[in-house]
Parts: sequence; C-alpha cells; structure tokens
Amino acid sequence: MALLDVKDLGISFGGLKAVEHVNLSIEKGELFGLIGPNGAGKTTVFNLLTGVYQPTCGTILLNGKKLEGKSPAEISRRGVARTFQNIRLFKRMTVLENVMVAFHNQVTYSLLDGMLHTKRYREAEKQVRRQAATILDVFGLEDEKDTLAVNLPYGKQRKLEIARALATSPQLLLLDEPAAGMNPNETKELMDTIQLVRKQYGTTILLIEHDMKLVSGICEKLLVLNFGTELASGVPEEVLKNPEVVTAYLGE
Amino acid sequence: MESIIEQIINGLRTGSIYALIALGYTMVYGIAKMINFAHGDIIMVGAYSLYVFISKLHIPVFFAVLLSILVCALLGIAMEKVAYKPLRNAPPLAVLITAIGMSFLLQSLALLIFKANPIPFKSIIKLAPVKVGSITIAGISIITFLVTTIIMLSLTLFIHYTRSGRAMRAVSEDREAAQLMGIDVNHTISMVFAIGSALGAVAGILYVCQYQTLQPTLGALPGIKAFVAAVFGGIGSVPGAMLGGILLGVIESISKAYISSELADAIVFGVLVLVLLLKPSGLLGKNRIEKV
Amino acid sequence: MTQKIREKMTGKNRWFIMIGIMIAGYAICALLAEGNLLNRQMKSLIVPAGINIILAVSLNITTGFLGELSLGHAGFMAIGAYTGAIFTKYITFLPPVVAFFIGILLGGIMAALFGILIGMPVLRLRGDYLAIVTLAFGEIIRSVINAMHITGGAKGLAKIPTYTNYTWVYVIMITTVLVARRLLHSRQGRAIVSIRENTIAAEAVGVQVTRYKILAFAIAAFFAGMAGVLYAHNFSILKPDNFDYNKSIDILVFVVLGGMGSVKGSTIAAVILTVLPEVLRSADDLRKLLYALALIIIMIYKQGNKRGWLGRLFKKKEAV
Repeated sequence: MALLDVKDLGISFGGLKAVEHVNLSIEKGELFGLIGPNGAGKTTVFNLLTGVYQPTCGTILLNGKKLEGKSPAEISRRGVARTFQNIRLFKRMTVLENVMVAFHNQVTYSLLDGMLHTKRYREAEKQVRRQAATILDVFGLEDEKDTLAVNLPYGKQRKLEIARALATSPQLLLLDEPAAGMNPNETKELMDTIQLVRKQYGTTILLIEHDMKLVSGICEKLLVLNFGTELASGVPEEVLKNPEVVTAYLGE
Repeated sequence: MESIIEQIINGLRTGSIYALIALGYTMVYGIAKMINFAHGDIIMVGAYSLYVFISKLHIPVFFAVLLSILVCALLGIAMEKVAYKPLRNAPPLAVLITAIGMSFLLQSLALLIFKANPIPFKSIIKLAPVKVGSITIAGISIITFLVTTIIMLSLTLFIHYTRSGRAMRAVSEDREAAQLMGIDVNHTISMVFAIGSALGAVAGILYVCQYQTLQPTLGALPGIKAFVAAVFGGIGSVPGAMLGGILLGVIESISKAYISSELADAIVFGVLVLVLLLKPSGLLGKNRIEKV
Repeated sequence: MTQKIREKMTGKNRWFIMIGIMIAGYAICALLAEGNLLNRQMKSLIVPAGINIILAVSLNITTGFLGELSLGHAGFMAIGAYTGAIFTKYITFLPPVVAFFIGILLGGIMAALFGILIGMPVLRLRGDYLAIVTLAFGEIIRSVINAMHITGGAKGLAKIPTYTNYTWVYVIMITTVLVARRLLHSRQGRAIVSIRENTIAAEAVGVQVTRYKILAFAIAAFFAGMAGVLYAHNFSILKPDNFDYNKSIDILVFVVLGGMGSVKGSTIAAVILTVLPEVLRSADDLRKLLYALALIIIMIYKQGNKRGWLGRLFKKKEAV
C-alpha cells in the first residue's frame, strides 16, 4: 500500500476549477516532485492535502485512512507536515520556540502541570528542549536558537520552516518551493540537508519546485501539473522528454 | 394595527440614520480594510458643529448644515492622514487600537470643550406632521426618508457612473492593481473618508433633530449599531449597508415596543452575533477566500 | 545570564526563592497599607491598583498573548462581580472568609463559563469581527444585568459586604501574574502565542486553533471575573454602568501602554494609571484625552519598534 494515495482530486472556487483529476501515489521513503509552471495549481494541491482547502471531489488516503474533510491540525497529527511558499514562521518567537511549538502534540502535560511546574512538566519540557535542539543541529541553527525568527537571514528562515515541520515527526513532508529566493550555493546546501533528513529520519517527501533541473536531480518520481490538471507523471527521465511537458514549459 | 405601522415607521426613520452611518463604515472598510471605530464619533462632531453654527454663531440653517458636513468631511480626511495612513501595512490589531484611540480622542475633546452635561437643542426641522388615514407621520420622519433616499440614489449613481466612483471600486477590489493602472490611491482613500464622514454628519444632524439633546458620547451607540447594520448587510457592500441599516432600525423599534425596551440593545447585538454565525458575509456580502 | 540562573534554580530551590519574593511583596503591601508612608488617599488606591493589575494581566492573555482584541473584558468582570456579590449577600450562614473565598471562585468560574460559551461560536471569527463581537457581548451582558431583578437593575445592587482588603487582592493578583507568566512557558501558552504569530502555520503544526483561543478567553475571563468580585466587595455597590465599554477600553489602555504581551508592563502600567489620575486630581476629563493620545501615539510609534515604550524599559525578553 502506498503511503499517500490521491485519487481524482479536484477543487473549484466559485465555478472556476483550480485543480482537477489529480492522481498521486507516493510510496514510503520516496522523494516525489510536483512540478509545473506558475499558476499550475501546485500550492493548491498542498492546501488540499493539508486541509486548508476542502476538496470538491476526490479522495486522499494516508496509510489507507481518509484525510479529506479533516482539519489542518488533525492532518498534522496524522503525520503530514508542510512548509509554505511565502514563509510562515512564528516571527516574534525564538528559533527554539518555533520548533518547540511543533512538539505540541507529542509531549503533552495538562495545563495544571504547567501552572504548578510539576515533575511531569519539568521532564516533558526538558525532553522537548533536547529534541528541538537536536533538530536545530541538523539544520545548523543551533547557534541561533535564542534569536527571534524574524531576525534570521532569509535562507535560515527557510531552513527553520523545514526544521519546524520535521519536529512534528511527519510520515510525509510537503515542501513548497524550499529553494525559492536562494542563490545556487544555498540551494545546493539545502538539497544536501533534505537528503540528509531523508536518511536520518526516513521521511517521505513531496516537493514543489518549478526549476526542473533541480527537481530532476534529486526526485525519484515526478508529477507535472498544468492548468490544474495532470500533464504527465513517472520517473524524471521520461517525464522531461514528454513533448507536452516541454511545450508547457517553453511555450509553443 | 395602527400602532405596529407607527412602530415600523419609527423603525424606518432610525434605520435610515443607521443606514447613513453604516455606509461610512462599509465604504471605508471596502477601501481601507479597516473598521473606523471613530466613525460613530463623527456623528457626534456633526451634531455639535450644527449646534455651534446655529446656536452660537447664528448662521442660517442651510449654511450651518453645509458647514457641519464640511467640518466632518475635513475631519475624516485629517483623521485618515494623521492616524491611519502611517499604519497601512500594520497588523489589524494596531489599526483597530488606533481607531479606538481616535474615537476616544474625539469624545474627550468634546467632553473638554462642551462638558458632560447634556445640551438641549431645538430641531431645525419644522415640517408639520402628516396624517395618512389614522396614522400620523412626524415631519422629522418625512425629512429623514427624503434625505436618505436622495443620498442613497446619488451615492449609487456616483459609485457606478463617475470616474471617481470607478476609482473607488477599483481600489477596494485590488489596491495594488489600481495603483498600477494609474489611480491615485491616496487621493481615493481620502475621498472615501470624506464622503463617509459627510454622510456621518448628515446622520448626526438628523439624529440630533430627533433626540434634541447633545452629549459627547451621543455617537457611540448609534455608531456601534450602524456597524452591526453594515455587517448585517454584508460589510463592503453599499446596498448591503442600506438594507442592513433599515432592517436593523425596524428590528430595534419592534423589540422596544413589543419585547422590552431594556433588552432592545441586547437584541440588536444578538442580531450581529447571529449573522456572524450563520452568514458571516452578511445578507449581500460576498465570500472571500484567504490566500495561503 | 538570566537563563543560566534560571536553569540552576531548579525544583525546591526555586520554590523557596519565589515564595520569599512573594512574602517580601506582601510585606511591602502591608507596610504601605498599615504604615504611615502614605496618606489616606493613597492608601485607598492600593486595592483598586491591585484589581487593575488583575484586569490588565488577564486582558493581556487575550490581547497580548493570543493577539485578539477583546473589547468586552468589563462584561466578564461584571459577571464575576454580580455572581460574587449576590452570593455573599444572600449566603449569610457561612463565616465571611469562607463565603468570600467561595464568592471569588464562583465569580471567576461563572465568568470563565461565559467566556467559553461566548467563545465557542464566535472565536471562529478573526480580528476586526471578533473585536466587535466581544464589544457586542459586553453590551449584551450589561443590558441583561440592567433588565434583571436579582441584580437590582439600573438602580444597582447595594449593601454588598465590604470584604475586600489588600490581602485578598494581593493573593489573587499574585496568582494572576504567576499563571500568566507560567502560561508563556508551557505548551498551551506557546500554542496560544503561535496562533497570534501565524494562525495558518500554527494549524499546520497541529495546534487546534479554536480550542486554544477558547482556552485563552476562558483564563482571561476567569481572572476578570475574580477581579470583579473583589471590585464589588470593595465599594459595596454595583451598577451595570460601572462595566460599560469605556471600562473595557480603560483596561485595554493598561495593556497597550505596558506593552502587549508583557506581563510586567501591564502590571506597572496598571499601577501608574491608577495612581496618576488621583494625583492629578482635577484632570479626569483630561485623563480620557491622554489615554486616547497614548493609544494612537504608541500604535504609530510601534510601527518602528515592536514593543510599547514601557515594555522596552525592561530589556529582559519576556514576551515570547
């Protein structure tokens, strides 16, 4: 059984079909690329997968269990995490706190524990701090842990977003143009980190990108969207040779 | 039967005033995406200006009315320039707090100048009541209906058929795109504040003619109720504000007469809560999808 | 630096220090109230100042931590005040201390229940709308109290036993401050702050937004309710108009002036703004004007730097 199984997914906004007939099957451990020109509906697919939008048709199964109709928080708890194209950090919280928020559903104690600083609270907090610090280490953010997120340089903000998503210990990680706005060096470094994350945490990743070269380098499978529908899917070599894909990217 | 019709007429009169105020809220919200909390106090300024021009400076009624409207329009423009413009890209919370501050500022200035004691004011409307069958319609009601109808018609024509009206609609649809199309956004926003405040002044004048007494807080409650009306009709929608205002006035008048005068306010605010729960976009408003 | 000290002060050690500070604080309060340092007028301000601290800190939980403007805080205060006062007025067979204690708790719980009741449907709304609806609810509460018999209607509820003294106020105030500060360092508090910072991202990492909004409203209402009970038993008479929209704004001014999100700031602002108008006796009309100017200027000034000026006097990073 595939980790994520999407069938005939679609949504329309006031009669306008933004996404239609999208099928997607991602195996555990895969690095899957979702590509397409601007406005093709890639982010909309992410919003559908994470419950930000409710699909008008189709099914989304994670490990065989229905995801559609669930709230974003519930979907996060079931193991789908994401980053955002336009970075959405908790700006006036520190780097460490940003990641600590993401442990919200894993290390729990009651409000009363928190008010009385019980043993349970202290141990849980210690554990969260340790785990959060470990993740920050992986992303090279350990020295900035007490910096406010808003004060981080752009590249590190992107990294922090991934670190935060990873802190929810997802089975499936959705990255929305993680390399947007980065220079080639930063991009390279980021891709290395993503590979490292895969190895270390065994996370399955679905990645949006419109730089085809970049995607074909690291992704094992691709789905190309254009005008909200599937244009092609399969392994990168085949997909990128597909004449329709070439036309969509280069124009007639 | 007569009494219920009279209550409805009363409701329509108050409702017309709410509608005029609600127009200001809705237009400003449409264009600046903010609730101008101080809008209710513009009504108060309008009422006090009229009082000063007539009772203190003895200016003829017609000019006094015009001057009061002018004072409020200028005040609206000034308020936007001084307090709201610096916050155009600020978080909504900051804008809202500033607007509350503005409202407090106007009230406290009135308090300092005119003191808290109510000032009696004789209505400038001297039209005799009209009897239709067994129903009496007060002169003030007739004038209120007339004025409101004329204003609403001209406003609708203005928004749809003039250059400035088109600019207004464009800016409220998409500020940046409008700017790229060569529309002077600052100018358009100023204009909306001016029009909204001028309508507020008219509402203030009608209001004070109805209640014949002045207090620094006189704008607060009608202001909030008119906001309820704007939300009821669908905030951002001009016809919505008119409809919402009139409906709310009738609801209030009927509840006062047949349920409880003490609970009438609670019922009006209850309407707001219900609307927001059942149809947050209001009667004539449109749904917007947040971009992620 | 403080972080290190904090880490060292674990467990029992930290409790001792904290209790020490609390006792010292109480001793200062007692000295001010009983000693000869202050004149009568100033002494009479100790209780209102404490009540205002409770109100300001509790409003800070919704407005500062959660980032939602609540304009009905006086409404929650009213619910607490009337609940507590009616209880102590009619339950006469209990010893005063017990009756008052139960009254305070009841007032808090009732206000919190209303906070939840109001919150459940309404907190799905955002920003502007939520602010207006809280305002509307404040007014609804006031007009319902006005129309009820047991509350004495517009004439007011009189002859409430004057149980409030600085000890009660101090205890409740310390509890409020402690709860607010500890909330910030708990998973629940972090969830609340994350909603303020970015609601969509908070949802995406699994924070149930509605639930935590309601939690923040309930905690804030709880303490506002308790403050109301203290208020009722300080003046012995209650009128619905004590709890109008202006009262809510007064509390908001404490929070904004102290720096939104800063517990220390709210505390200091509440004290200063309780004492100052009394010192500048004649200036009650002026007070409103100054409050108004303060709100506007702070907000515009804040565009360049993110905290209220009072908050910035204390460099420690307290607001998360």
